[in-house]
Amino acid sequence: MNTLETYNAIFTETFQVEENVLDTDFNSDTVEKWDSVCQLSLVTTMEDTFDIMMEPEDIIGFKSYEIGKSILAKYDVTIA
Amino acid sequence: MKLLENKVCLVSGTNKGIGHAIVEAFAKHGAIVYAHARSVGCIDQWTDSLSEKYQTKVVPVYFDVTDLDVARKRVMAIKTAEKRIDVLINNAGMVTYEMIPMVQMSTFKSMIDVNVVGAFNLLQIVSRIMTRQKSGSIINMASIVADRGASGQVSYATTKGAVIAMTKSAAKELAPLQIRVNAVAPGMVGTVRFKDVFEKNFQEKLNNIGMGRLAEPEEIADMCLFLSSDMSSYVTGQIIGVDGSTEL
Repeated sequence: MNTLETYNAIFTETFQVEENVLDTDFNSDTVEKWDSVCQLSLVTTMEDTFDIMMEPEDIIGFKSYEIGKSILAKYDVTIA
Repeated sequence: MKLLENKVCLVSGTNKGIGHAIVEAFAKHGAIVYAHARSVGCIDQWTDSLSEKYQTKVVPVYFDVTDLDVARKRVMAIKTAEKRIDVLINNAGMVTYEMIPMVQMSTFKSMIDVNVVGAFNLLQIVSRIMTRQKSGSIINMASIVADRGASGQVSYATTKGAVIAMTKSAAKELAPLQIRVNAVAPGMVGTVRFKDVFEKNFQEKLNNIGMGRLAEPEEIADMCLFLSSDMSSYVTGQIIGVDGSTEL
């Protein structure tokens, strides 16, 4: 499984959605289930999976499928 | 029976007094201890001697608790080295004895930075490491003055009141993750610092203590040992006084 597949799997598991809905519009404004508890769970799973520890501002900023990729890049995790 | 065999413990503020006693008690009980101090090199010799004496690993770690970024990096370095952190003792702190008109705002703010912000920073990063483990014990150093009040200690008591509030809320948030958070509230402890300050009216102070004597730093360390160990596996959110029945 490459990093993109892993990244997508975390989203589909966290939000209980199909992979084909994950696009540039998948964010905290458009996804009803995306509340702070869900976001923390998402981030924690990302941290566990990629063995990183995000700064608080990155945890707060992890508000969309696309932004998440750029945040992970700060921790040398390339989603591809 | 060793209560902390191979547990990875981080203790802040260990250069002297209570922190010093905690590190020794933990090493004696088989813990791998990361002993924090601010001035680089100041506890090298002591930690080496403890490692040898108790045949465990006592490692000095140096940073200023108010330098939040550096503190986080040091904690992450421990996590990288040991793969886990089982115990955090938030002991680093500063104290002053001043009447209200004498309290300088710069000093008051520094005390909040060290006693509250610095402690919360360590709690935040260590609890996230413990979250992954689904286990851990965090002990914050409070004080009897936070609950009872003490003339000449308004600023110090304010910060320790915040520590108590921090402890209770963190305990509730982290309980589902099997992370325990408690605070120890010492009364008057016979540290060199305390004795220096109260040298002139020492006897008068002793009259306020039911047991008629100051606490030894080791007696505070013993409570930290209990709260860090599995002996207290169902204890969380508690503020435990170790004060020999002191009246302020």
